[in-house]
Formats: sequence, structure tokens, C-alpha cells
Amino acid sequence: MASTIRVRATSNGDITEVQALIQHPMDSGFIKDAKGELIPAHFIQELKFEYNGKDVFVADWGPAVSKDPYVKFSFKGAKKGDEIKISWVDNKGASDTTTAKIS
Amino acid sequence: MSKTTGKPFQLALVLLSIAATPAFAATEADYKAAYAAAEAASKEAVALRHQWTTTVSTLSAAKKAADSGDFDRATAAAKEAEALAKASIYQATSEKEAWKAMEIR
Amino acid sequence: MKPRLAILLGSVAAVLTALVAASPRVVAADKVDPAADAKAFQNFFFQKFPKLKPEEFVNGPYSMDEGLKRQWQEKEEFPPYEFALDAGKEMFATPFKNGKTYADCFANGGIGIRQNYPYFDTREGKVITLELAVNRCREANGEAPYSYVKDEMASLTAYMAFTSRGKPFDIKIPDDPRALEAFENGKRYFYTRRGQMNFSCASCHVQSPGERIRAEILAPALGILNAMPIYRSEWSGMGTTSRRFVTCNSQTRAVPLEPQSDEYRDVEYFLSYVSNGLPISGPGARP
Repeated sequence: MASTIRVRATSNGDITEVQALIQHPMDSGFIKDAKGELIPAHFIQELKFEYNGKDVFVADWGPAVSKDPYVKFSFKGAKKGDEIKISWVDNKGASDTTTAKIS
Repeated sequence: MSKTTGKPFQLALVLLSIAATPAFAATEADYKAAYAAAEAASKEAVALRHQWTTTVSTLSAAKKAADSGDFDRATAAAKEAEALAKASIYQATSEKEAWKAMEIR
Repeated sequence: MKPRLAILLGSVAAVLTALVAASPRVVAADKVDPAADAKAFQNFFFQKFPKLKPEEFVNGPYSMDEGLKRQWQEKEEFPPYEFALDAGKEMFATPFKNGKTYADCFANGGIGIRQNYPYFDTREGKVITLELAVNRCREANGEAPYSYVKDEMASLTAYMAFTSRGKPFDIKIPDDPRALEAFENGKRYFYTRRGQMNFSCASCHVQSPGERIRAEILAPALGILNAMPIYRSEWSGMGTTSRRFVTCNSQTRAVPLEPQSDEYRDVEYFLSYVSNGLPISGPGARP
């Protein structure tokens, strides 16, 4: 299985812009399936971007975030060629991690 | 004199009772007749590939009301479903030619 | 008396001129001429939106609204259909149980062929869409068919469309009266009002592209299928042309037809043909 996380990080020398797309159902727990039964809540609780072992972006998410969420942010202090680490944990304890090189 | 003034009054009474009858006395037989008519019209609309979603939902509302014994509501819903189905049949028939008015040429 | 007669004569003359003016149109309407129809269809949109280049119509609502277009361009850097596209690519390459692949079923190994679908099969006398061809390929190889509206089918055709991006729609109408009939039926379906709302496809996508319907901006009918399949945010997922037809129908309160019914195939044939020459842009992303 391919990673559930897609990342692109680009630096203009000063500011690094990070974009990420995460594959996750993000079920709110309020939606019914075709049989009329509630689909249990299943969502990412924490999304974290690390650079050099330091958190640069941490999101505490809940059931209101849409399916396959997309995130974009920028930070200062990184160089081209450096790596950032991205990870998420959901309410069922599942998680995924990946790294990306800043270009 | 008394005869001529009495007649319209009697007529009005008769009319009033006809108009008022379904409002307080729909029977299961009334419902069945109304439902059968609605179902027939609805089937015709399906055959023409012009069925409306509202016909389907109103028909099932009629059935549901009848199942709970409310024949007033069931009969009214069945009549509404029939009217909807007939309107969709009219749409299908008139559109056989009318669609050309919208065509880009 | 005299003025009345003059009015009468005048109105007779008016009726006569109206008849004379109308008669060539009546004749034209009864003759099926797909090439002339396509030309008129494209000209209508080119004149309605003189600032747009022909190839921009395939971007649907984004060609109609500057703000929406900017949002979309940013989104396209990280398109929401990317996961489906990857899944489709993997599915396309994975052999069936009998060892064969999709590539064995299609011309050019299934790569870069989206612009030729739907086509008219003169042996069968029917319109064949890409989704139908995919399921026939599966069944011929002993695999269960996919749902025509979403999931695997949408992922697979997303990949097939992706390999065809930029290629102009090249739908052919063979010299066969049944093909002309399919085109004509599709055209009639497109313009026929249905549902309690009394809407035809054209009510939204010919008369009102660029206008809002609730929060959405309506796409022009020209080029609308070039972007299929699409990821719709409203669906939180991918959908095929069939899925779009089904939802369009139910939004006008008409009971939808079965996906890949003759009517849907014919209207896809008509709509694709009149967009001939415009590039494939699928898979697309729509609000």
C-alpha cells in the first residue's frame, strides 16, 4: 500500500512552503450508510510536521474536517535538501508517517 | 312561491354535502380506488421514462398512511400522486415536440 | 372599413413572411445533420463567451469565474483525484486471474484512447461508452463487472483519461442510420424537459452556464464531458459520467434511469460529438 500522505515542500531560500494531502475517510460519526446505520466516527486527531526534530506545525483535528484533507502552510529556517517528517494519528489509534525533501 | 325559493337552498345543501364528504369520511374503499388510479398513472409515466421522484414518494406516503389506518390522509395523498403522475405524462407528451424550441441551431 | 382591411391584409402578409422564414428551419430540423449541429452548438458558446478560448471550456465552472479559477489552479497543484489516479494506474497494470490485462482489450493498449469514446458499434447497432467497454473487458476475462458510477470504475477511467489529456475529442458518426438515430435520440434527451422542476439538461448548461445555482456555478455543456470522470467535493469522491447524469436527473426531481441505459449512452454520444476538437481534461475536480 502506497503511503496515505502526499507532501510537497519547496523553499525560496527564506520561506519553505509545505503542501500535504492525506488519504483518510474522516467519518464524522453522524453519517448513515446505505442501510441507514450510523458509520462510526473515524478521524485524524493529530497531524504533525517536524523539521530537525522540532514541531513546525501541529494540528488537533476533529470530526469536522473533510475527507482526504489538504493542508498548506509555510515556515522559516529550513534549507533546500533538508528533510521534514509528517505523521498523523487517528481516533482508532492508526497512524502513518512519511518524510519529504525540501526542494 | 315557497317552492321556488326552496329549490336553490336544497341544491346548495346537496352540493355542500358532496364537497364535504371526503373530508370526514374517506373509507378504505375510497383509498383503494384512488390508489389504483394513481398507480396506473404512475406506471404509464414510468413506461414513458418520465417518472417524477415526487410521484414515487407521494405514493409511498399514501400507502404508509393507509397502513396506519388514516384513510383520509391516504386518499388525499393517492389523489395527489395521481395528479403528479398525470402532470408528468403531460410533460412527456408535450415535450415530444416542444424540446425543439430549446435546441441550438 | 378601409383601415380594417389594411390591418387584415397586413397580418396576412406577416403570417406569410413568417411561414416563408420558418419553413427552411422546419426542413432543417427534420434532417439529421450532426456536423451542422456541432458547428451551431460550438458557435453558440463561442459567441456567448467571446473572451474564452475554445479549449478553456473543458474546465467547466472554472472557465466562468475568475475567483473560482484561482482557487482551482492552486488545488490542481495537489489535485483531490490523485489517490484515485494512482489506484487506477495500479489497477490498470494488474493482470486478471487469467493473466491478461486491460491493455489486451483496447486499441493502443488502452493508453491515450479516451478521446475516441463513446463510439458507435455498427455490429451491435449501439453506442459503446468507455465504462461499458471496461466492464465487457472484465467479463470477457472472467472478472465481475464494476459499478458504473464510482469507486473502481471511476479510478480506472481516471487513469485512462489522464493518459489522454490534451487529445481532442474525436467522436465519429459512421454512415449508419442507427448511428444517426442514436445521435438524434441523445439530442432529444438533452433538450427534453423532465422532472417536477421541468428542467432539461439545456435549461442549466445551455441557457445558464456561468450563473449560480445555489452556491455552485453552472458549467457550459460544451466540453462538459471532456473532464470526466470527476472528483466532486460534494460527493467526497470520484464519479463517472453516469453518476453525473443520475444526480442531474434527481436534482430536477426526475427518477434517474439505469446507468448505461440506452438514453444515457445516446446523450453521452451527442454531447461528446458536439465537443469534438476540444481537448480531454479528465480527470477533473469540481466543487
